[in-house]
Amino acid sequence: MATKENEVRRGTAGKEAWRGFADGKWRKQIDVNSFIEKNLTPYEGGEQFLASATEDTNALWRQVSALLKEERERGGVHDIDVHTVSTITSHAPGYIDKDKERIVGLQTDAPLKRSVQPFGGIRMAADACEAYGYELDPEMLRLFTDIRKTHNQGVFDAYTTDMRAARKAGIITGLPDAYGRGRIIGDYRRVALYGVDRLIQGKKEELLQLEVDAMTEEVIRLREELSEQLRSLGELKAMAAAYGFDLSAPAANAQEAVQWLYFAYLAAIKEQNGAAMSLGRVSSFLDIYFERDLREGTLTEREAQELVDHFVMKLRIVKFLRTPDYNELFSGDPTWVTESVGGMGLNGATRVTRNSFRFLHTLYTLGPAPEPNLTVLWSAKLPEPFKKYCAKVSAETSSIQYENDDLMRPYFGDDYGIACCVSAMRIGKQMQFFGARANLAKALLYAINGGVDEKLGVQVGPAIAPITSEVLDYEEVKQKFAVVQDWLAKLYMNTLNVIHYMHDKYCYERLEMALHDRDIIRTMACGIAGLSVVADSLSAIRYAKVRPVRNEKGIAVDFEIEGEYPQYGNNDDRADQLAVDLAEGFMNRLRQHKAYRGAIPTMSVLTITSNVVYGKKTGSTPDGRKAGQPFAPGANPMHGRDRKGALASLASVAKIPYEHSLDGVSNTFSIIPKALGKEEEARFGNLAALLDGYTASGGHHLNVNVFNREQLLDAMEHPENYPQLTIRVSGYAVNFIKLTREQQLDVINRTFHGEI
Amino acid sequence: MKGRIHSIDTFGTVDGPGIRFVLFMQGCALQCQFCHNPDTWDTAAGRQVTVEEVLQEIEPYLPYYRGSGGGITVTGGEPTLQAPFVSALFKACKERFGLHTALDSSGFCDPSHAAELMSYTDLVLLDLKQIDRGKHERLTSQPNDRILHFAKWLSSLSKPVWIRHVLIPGITDHAEDLRRLGRFVGRLGNVEKLELLPYHRMGVYKWQTLGRPYPLEGVPVPTEQEVARAAAILQAECPQGLLRHK
Repeated sequence: MATKENEVRRGTAGKEAWRGFADGKWRKQIDVNSFIEKNLTPYEGGEQFLASATEDTNALWRQVSALLKEERERGGVHDIDVHTVSTITSHAPGYIDKDKERIVGLQTDAPLKRSVQPFGGIRMAADACEAYGYELDPEMLRLFTDIRKTHNQGVFDAYTTDMRAARKAGIITGLPDAYGRGRIIGDYRRVALYGVDRLIQGKKEELLQLEVDAMTEEVIRLREELSEQLRSLGELKAMAAAYGFDLSAPAANAQEAVQWLYFAYLAAIKEQNGAAMSLGRVSSFLDIYFERDLREGTLTEREAQELVDHFVMKLRIVKFLRTPDYNELFSGDPTWVTESVGGMGLNGATRVTRNSFRFLHTLYTLGPAPEPNLTVLWSAKLPEPFKKYCAKVSAETSSIQYENDDLMRPYFGDDYGIACCVSAMRIGKQMQFFGARANLAKALLYAINGGVDEKLGVQVGPAIAPITSEVLDYEEVKQKFAVVQDWLAKLYMNTLNVIHYMHDKYCYERLEMALHDRDIIRTMACGIAGLSVVADSLSAIRYAKVRPVRNEKGIAVDFEIEGEYPQYGNNDDRADQLAVDLAEGFMNRLRQHKAYRGAIPTMSVLTITSNVVYGKKTGSTPDGRKAGQPFAPGANPMHGRDRKGALASLASVAKIPYEHSLDGVSNTFSIIPKALGKEEEARFGNLAALLDGYTASGGHHLNVNVFNREQLLDAMEHPENYPQLTIRVSGYAVNFIKLTREQQLDVINRTFHGEI
Repeated sequence: MKGRIHSIDTFGTVDGPGIRFVLFMQGCALQCQFCHNPDTWDTAAGRQVTVEEVLQEIEPYLPYYRGSGGGITVTGGEPTLQAPFVSALFKACKERFGLHTALDSSGFCDPSHAAELMSYTDLVLLDLKQIDRGKHERLTSQPNDRILHFAKWLSSLSKPVWIRHVLIPGITDHAEDLRRLGRFVGRLGNVEKLELLPYHRMGVYKWQTLGRPYPLEGVPVPTEQEVARAAAILQAECPQGLLRHK
């Protein structure tokens, strides 16, 4: 049993834990990347070495699968502990099957039992309980309503009239103002490499350095935060001790390294139910421990795969309590346990290791799954066998996404990870303030309608003169659209400033930040939705004749288009340049405003599944899209408008400038298996070549889905036959059968490349 | 010189090796009952483009075509109807980009008409729809003498060829016809692949759009067993390793 084995090693001195590791800066200071650089064993070979699942793994996964089935049958939630406020130490140890688990630890005392995390907002917690037929403990409700203020209450205390109106109209949506913001990656590897005591010592030193002459607001805040971080590290040790592990010292072997690291992550998700709770870049780090054990003869390949499988199994059952409203926006119960795999080092060596393969291999040992959100950092220089293996896994499981390492490395170095879907950040050295997204399609309608919302019929945007001409004039629309965007960028940044001020104050990520350096880079991660709708609308107005159809109030509720116009997605600069200008123009507007806590404004072109909700909340647009119809996801061209084949479509998206969308440009690519090639080997080669070509042309992100439309239609009718059918959606993956019916239809209606 | 084209696809993977730029020419002399692109028949439809214009459409994607061992495939319609244009295009693709070139043809073409084109063509994808002369005429509106002659001519040139045969239940799956087809292919010296393609109905909507009655209404797609049976018959008649049927 795991616990007993570890008892023997308890108290292992740091030196012994580091036996056989090459020296470097990492020994003297907290510097995980220095450790990786000195000790990593790059792997240039193929997948032949991989081992299949052990019997224990199969038995455990059968139990988990049965629990997940029960969860679906119970309407999406297995159980809720309504009486306990979730903290790092709130729950007694929980197990799936204690004797079989090589890696232990659950969020509560039972698998899939969800906890209540009220610091972000008590309302959301209470509503979620009610939606699933539970009642939140009245005492907790009272405590977090009358006694202890939440982030949510703080935000609404400070929101202005304009902010409330913009939120209601849906021109800014998905804001993290009622729950945890997430998208912060703790450097969970530090716990494995250094042990908690060394980290506590480091944080104490940082606190001491802040005994300065002038106690400014910044210093006071940071001192309070560091003290909270120290407290959370103590709680982490207490949590692990309850499971029978002593995290004081560094991990001394592969199993401990995985266990230590997982405990650190577990503590973070017990404390925070952030929108995305990403893991970072752990697989190749852990490989160093695996390689040492393999060398020492204390680990076999089967055991190595078993450790990875059991770890990944835990990551697959991370659960947060969410409301159905939230699910409509971000569908399929996602948690964004994003793990970044592969990439290249600045020293020119690849960061692909055997563990990179083992993590991808879990999609076979355990079958396809949406979590962890496996993200391959793709470079032209990745070893060819790894590229081929990735293509094979994509073609067979549709469970991985790709991001351009050659594009990101110059900005973020070689030890960054992806938070959520497409947000790169240096691990332990950088965080972001998650900012959801602004609806630019609606902003365009405000420009046409004098700032009056086309759905609500009330003034939300700036009160400019509405356009009254019979045919829309491009120059007039452009000029008015600029005014609306100026207004929107300012309001958006101010709204985010309120949110993140309050989140720091009432819902601070103590443990995650304890696993960061003291002084970090912060970004204010804004986002836009409706890129392709707006680009095509402007193109239609410019190159065809667009006549608004106005209602009795004079609001344009529909548009008639006469003639053809170039559309985004066909590698036609006339349309694509409009999309490029839009992204760059809005980013430059965001840059004009001061962001909270010295954050650097950035922007993403990413919708997740909210493209459906955004579409619902937005009237007809001048490109011919009807009111209520979904937008294309992320930076994708609109459905069916890319008519020159996949490469032309990819080329259009690759033009969106990364330097002006540093928080990511999402593209979802769906193709039927036959359209990748007739023979299997050819399919994998073609897919790898496609990824090489897309990254070489400057594309940032690509979700790859390979399946037939018929298969999805069948899964809609017979979900019970497809418990693990996984598809990629704008930056994450979901179980297809967990999507709402509307979102399922949206996926099915999207462009599938290769259909005749 | 201008060519009349129907459309382009920047990402083709089923008409030749690797990732390919696929150019659909407009116009065809046959009227195959199972055609899934009947909208490419009319020789007066489509749009006219120069070789230079096509090259500009290809250029942005060269890394994909080169990186995957792909190239360009010209199909249709029937590309040999515009042989001089296709010849000029292939010549330019080779000289300027060093691309692999493939011609997807019905073979309904006189060799003298295609001689220059062949000097710039690396691979021919040749449809042998029906080996029986009479059945061929009923299926495609023309007898197959010219096509078989063209196939033998390509063999005499040692031009690499992938033969394709669409398997239509009750129409092109007769055992004796398949045996004769297999023997014919086996006698050619230049065949790299023989692809047995199950008939599909995905082009039916195009017939409806064009207002034409679909001649194969009621004909089912072949079952997996029927494909396997046909494959076994073909395999018995031609050299090992040629046949592909998945």
